[in-house]
Amino acid sequence: MRSNRMAASALMAGGILVLTTACAVGTGGADDSGAEYDAEAELTGELSVMGFGGVDEVATTRMDLAKEALGEVEVSVAEGELDLQQFLSAAATGDPPDLIYANRDQIGSLAARGAIVPLERCIEGEGIDTGMFVESAIEQVTLDGQVYGIPEFNVVQVTMANADLLEQAGLELSDVDGSDWEAVTAANEALTKSDGGKLSVIGYDSKLPEFFPLWAKANGVDLISEDGREAKLDDPGAVEALEWAVGIYDAQGGFGDVKAYRDSADFFGEGNQFATDVLGAMPMEQWYINVLGDVSPDAPMAFTTVKDRQGEPIAFSSGSAWAIPAGAANPEAACRWARVMTAVDSWEAAAQARVDLREEEGKPFTGLLTGNAEADELIRGMVTSGGEPWDTAVASTYEANEHTFALPASPADAEFESAMQDAVNSVLSGEAEPADALAEAQQTAQKALDDAWAEMEQSQEEG
Amino acid sequence: MTRRENRAALLFLSPWLIGFAVFTAWPLIYSAYLSLTDYDVINDPTFVGFDNYAELFSDPKVALALSNTLFFTVVQVPLYVIVSLALALLLARAGRASGFFRTVFFLPKMTPPVAVGILFLLLFNGQNGLFNTALGTVGIDGPSWTTDPAWVKPGLVIMSLWTVGASVLILLAALRGVPDELYESARIDGAGWWRQFLSVTLPMISPAVFFIVVVNTIAGLQTFDEAYTAFFGAGNTTYGNDAALFYVIYLFQQAFQFLNMGYAAAMAWLLFLVIMVVTAIQAVVSRRLVHYEGGTAR
Repeated sequence: MRSNRMAASALMAGGILVLTTACAVGTGGADDSGAEYDAEAELTGELSVMGFGGVDEVATTRMDLAKEALGEVEVSVAEGELDLQQFLSAAATGDPPDLIYANRDQIGSLAARGAIVPLERCIEGEGIDTGMFVESAIEQVTLDGQVYGIPEFNVVQVTMANADLLEQAGLELSDVDGSDWEAVTAANEALTKSDGGKLSVIGYDSKLPEFFPLWAKANGVDLISEDGREAKLDDPGAVEALEWAVGIYDAQGGFGDVKAYRDSADFFGEGNQFATDVLGAMPMEQWYINVLGDVSPDAPMAFTTVKDRQGEPIAFSSGSAWAIPAGAANPEAACRWARVMTAVDSWEAAAQARVDLREEEGKPFTGLLTGNAEADELIRGMVTSGGEPWDTAVASTYEANEHTFALPASPADAEFESAMQDAVNSVLSGEAEPADALAEAQQTAQKALDDAWAEMEQSQEEG
Repeated sequence: MTRRENRAALLFLSPWLIGFAVFTAWPLIYSAYLSLTDYDVINDPTFVGFDNYAELFSDPKVALALSNTLFFTVVQVPLYVIVSLALALLLARAGRASGFFRTVFFLPKMTPPVAVGILFLLLFNGQNGLFNTALGTVGIDGPSWTTDPAWVKPGLVIMSLWTVGASVLILLAALRGVPDELYESARIDGAGWWRQFLSVTLPMISPAVFFIVVVNTIAGLQTFDEAYTAFFGAGNTTYGNDAALFYVIYLFQQAFQFLNMGYAAAMAWLLFLVIMVVTAIQAVVSRRLVHYEGGTAR
């Protein structure tokens, strides 16, 4: 009897072991060697796209062209931002979508884990000219020398300032464009106002923690090496940049007060900080120009590029990219879709659709930053004047677009970013000094990078 | 019981048994297995023994998240019970208006936690939030609840009182179950309101209080939604405050941000262990403090 029970227990334990080890299917390591990419080929089957959100006229115009190029292929688009959980669940069950639309800073991690395939064959077969993409954008989707994503859109920063507040304080736009940090600090002090002990005007918002890489680069520091292997968070230049950017908040009573005041503003409405004269200046992404132009066209705005300490324009770029998951059922259609969506002709048609819509609304067309340098140049010629200061804003945007940098792809994108932001946050909240916080972040980030690269190289060796 | 009866019983039990096996037992077993592996969802799990558990003890963020969570729970649970009980005592005396107030107190419970997280940021804004404005009317200069690390957790504790409605109803039902004769006897013996409350009300409703303490302790240790929305969710991804890094938030980050599913599974088992230990301690302590009519609970 006892031996029967033991046998049953052993059988059950064995069964559980077999089931657990067999449960995870995964698509990691699957490649697209069976795919035949050919720009002239007639394609069939289905194409499932995940993560393509914000569908407007710029998207639908290009989607129509992509569908036309796909012929018989039945396209289904799951709208909304890429839900990593949803994508991973699908990949874990061996049934990933054919194409994903991800943030470019997610590409490295996904590529390192074998969740997406390198696109060399796709690029060659469909004849995609990667040379036409903005350099920083293509670098952000390149890991270990291989391209894993087709870039789309580019987000850059420009300096936005309240001209009235600057004038009242006897300041020039050049005092807040970042070219002279001492000048920015002085301008911040001149612009900041308090009322009854509470902040009433934010002098300058250095936009931490998100723009820390911008200030580090403006000080000549790359926070991660070009090959994505070495963290440089504890570089003295990075420490200096963080000290300066945090000092901007300290001079206004601390980050807590500035953030609380910033959070209480009607950021997207006509009561925004610039229109209500409660913000002197800040670097901000270019899309906010459209928001300001639409909701507060009479706001006393002044625009220029963000400058590094040598006075050269600089912008920390980000954006999206198309990537083909490992195990995709129809990689050929996915590649064709990515090619057409990012082609110069498609962008031109999309820009025209936007021009038409803006004309209908009686508003100017402020351009598009597509991630495709050729398309950007073409579309810049389609921009319609909105008068000053909006025309200067658009010119600054395009100038910034020509001076971008990005954090290179690495297999530990998320861990690196998390370590960096944790360090900045701990300084902002007064829990650590910049040098200590960045030294700790350096260790965390470097360990994550070392582990991820080792794991990636091991899995490449194995298979 | 005959064999036929046995079969019928099993047949009727089978929907629950299957549901338990598929949705509870199996995930439990599988997560225990995953906790012994290096697994990123995309590639097959690699067996690493107890490495993940060993790493838990050297990861400073685990310690930080645990201490944040324990602080939150230790402060929140007693406050939650006190406020629930105070409101239930008021409701018990509300007479005809009781029904209206029951509904009013319960309504916030229907608010999605994500909305509560966003509400937190608005109500507790250090500059223009309603809470500090109210404090200002009585001459108190409120702190920066959403940005000062020292005040983030107290703010979240106060915000959690938003949802006391369900506990109020449970305690109200328990209060209504206390026999009037006990109060009459106490009054005859000269007991005032406070003595009656301590010697009659509290012992008689102690099983309900114990239930609320246990349930809220577990919920406190698993707290996620509100803090995640306020400090780590979309729109706030650029300012994750370490003071609000609760254990399940860090677990979620490990699983779905860094794709360390094996490590996240080990974290889940550590939390399970903590909850088991805390609940066991509560059960032991309850033997002295909880009064069950008709004897001890089994």
